[in-house]
Amino acid sequence: MRVQDEFVTKLAAQGKRADGRKLDEVRKIEIDMKPIEKAEGCAMVTLGKTKVIAGVKLSVGEPFSDKPDEGVLMTGAEFSPIASPDFEPGPPRIDSIETARVVDRGIRESGAIDMKKLCIKKGEKVWMVFVDINILDNFGNLIDASALAAAAALNNAVFPALDKEGNVDVYGPKTKTKLPVKYSPIACTFHKVGGKLLLDPTRDEENAAIARLTVTTRDDGNLCAMQKGGDEGIATEDVNNASEISVRTGKEIRKLLK
Amino acid sequence: MKRIDGRKPEDMRDLEVEAGVLENATGSARVRMGRTIAVAGVYGPREMFPRRLQNAEKATLQLRYTMAPFSTDERVRPGRSRRGQEISLVAGKALDAAVFLDEFPKASIDVFVDIVQADAGTRTAAINAASVALADAGVPMKDIVCSVAVGKIDGTYVVDLAGKEEDASDCDLPIAYMPNQNKITLLQMDGNISREDLKNLLELAKKACEKINVAQKAALKKRWLK
Repeated sequence: MRVQDEFVTKLAAQGKRADGRKLDEVRKIEIDMKPIEKAEGCAMVTLGKTKVIAGVKLSVGEPFSDKPDEGVLMTGAEFSPIASPDFEPGPPRIDSIETARVVDRGIRESGAIDMKKLCIKKGEKVWMVFVDINILDNFGNLIDASALAAAAALNNAVFPALDKEGNVDVYGPKTKTKLPVKYSPIACTFHKVGGKLLLDPTRDEENAAIARLTVTTRDDGNLCAMQKGGDEGIATEDVNNASEISVRTGKEIRKLLK
Repeated sequence: MKRIDGRKPEDMRDLEVEAGVLENATGSARVRMGRTIAVAGVYGPREMFPRRLQNAEKATLQLRYTMAPFSTDERVRPGRSRRGQEISLVAGKALDAAVFLDEFPKASIDVFVDIVQADAGTRTAAINAASVALADAGVPMKDIVCSVAVGKIDGTYVVDLAGKEEDASDCDLPIAYMPNQNKITLLQMDGNISREDLKNLLELAKKACEKINVAQKAALKKRWLK
């Protein structure tokens, strides 16, 4: 065990954290809504010192055969080497795939986007929504920062204009029509350190953790996605506690998106 | 309420567990949950390559989950998929907690799971098969991990979703569970449920897992107690 791990574990066992936060307290959040003009929707989220940017691009494409009247959502996450000494260039690592899939499920399962409204012609043409997340600076809890950036970017996304053939006019202006977004899914990630659940962990806390749990909640206080990670198992009461804190915290964070 | 295959809400699908189904592998198992069939093979503990990935303190458990191209109605494209990689990760982690990894520093324990037929609940079948295969390989474990998915259809909690039930359900909540340790080692959920639902579903899933555990142990006894 590294010195830092021992330190944060000991602190957590006493109910304390290195940065003085309460166990269920989130770091300071800032959301910059319009950093990229070329994207259809965009948001930069700063969570403590963690910095993440999410962009939404829209294009026209074919629907999946099992959902001919629904738009398509694709979510990706890029752990760029600029964000951390631990990130290397190359094909997406498993943790970036996992982050993207957890964010994707939060958006999809919360019904955040009205997918039926993205149908242009049933079975032939639908809007495809690409949500891409770039990590700029990793100081822990990339899942929550990414999910929040994605939700914020979708919230301000607008449709691009179409040309005569019905394709996206890539260099043309954007319309004022907003993407049909109904909800804002908010992810809350906990790490189990020193027998306690720590909400919104820093990198040191992540390194010392034995288990991880993400709970994504909807505007109505229901749960829409969960994912456990980490090497050790967790107890049922931890899951139930985490879901309670997530509903409460989700409500607070959602206010920042309004 | 009756389900598409005539089961009661709390009934699992027909479950079949067999240990020792492969000759080459150190340990192996085949699990059938209804029409979903998973075959697991364990190689190791053996020296880990490339060497730079070795962990000096404990063994590394690596699970690879693959779906056969013919396992579903629409052909599955062979090769790595993002879904496959994520399931490999979470299923591997679900087993990590049960294995005494620190007894084999620098080693790798490779678990390969092939889904030969898929009809919902493939990750749960994969975990059930993999943990029996690990035990069959003689890898020391704290517990046998068992796994099942639960959901909520038309207001009724249902156990072990099959086929189209996965689409009809308000949520898909697979868990992996160690009954003796009383610890959850895999938990995923997508859908739309309340906190109360989550509480009830977890209890239901744990009960089903205990039944699976009995079948897993019986399969191991059948193979090894002659």
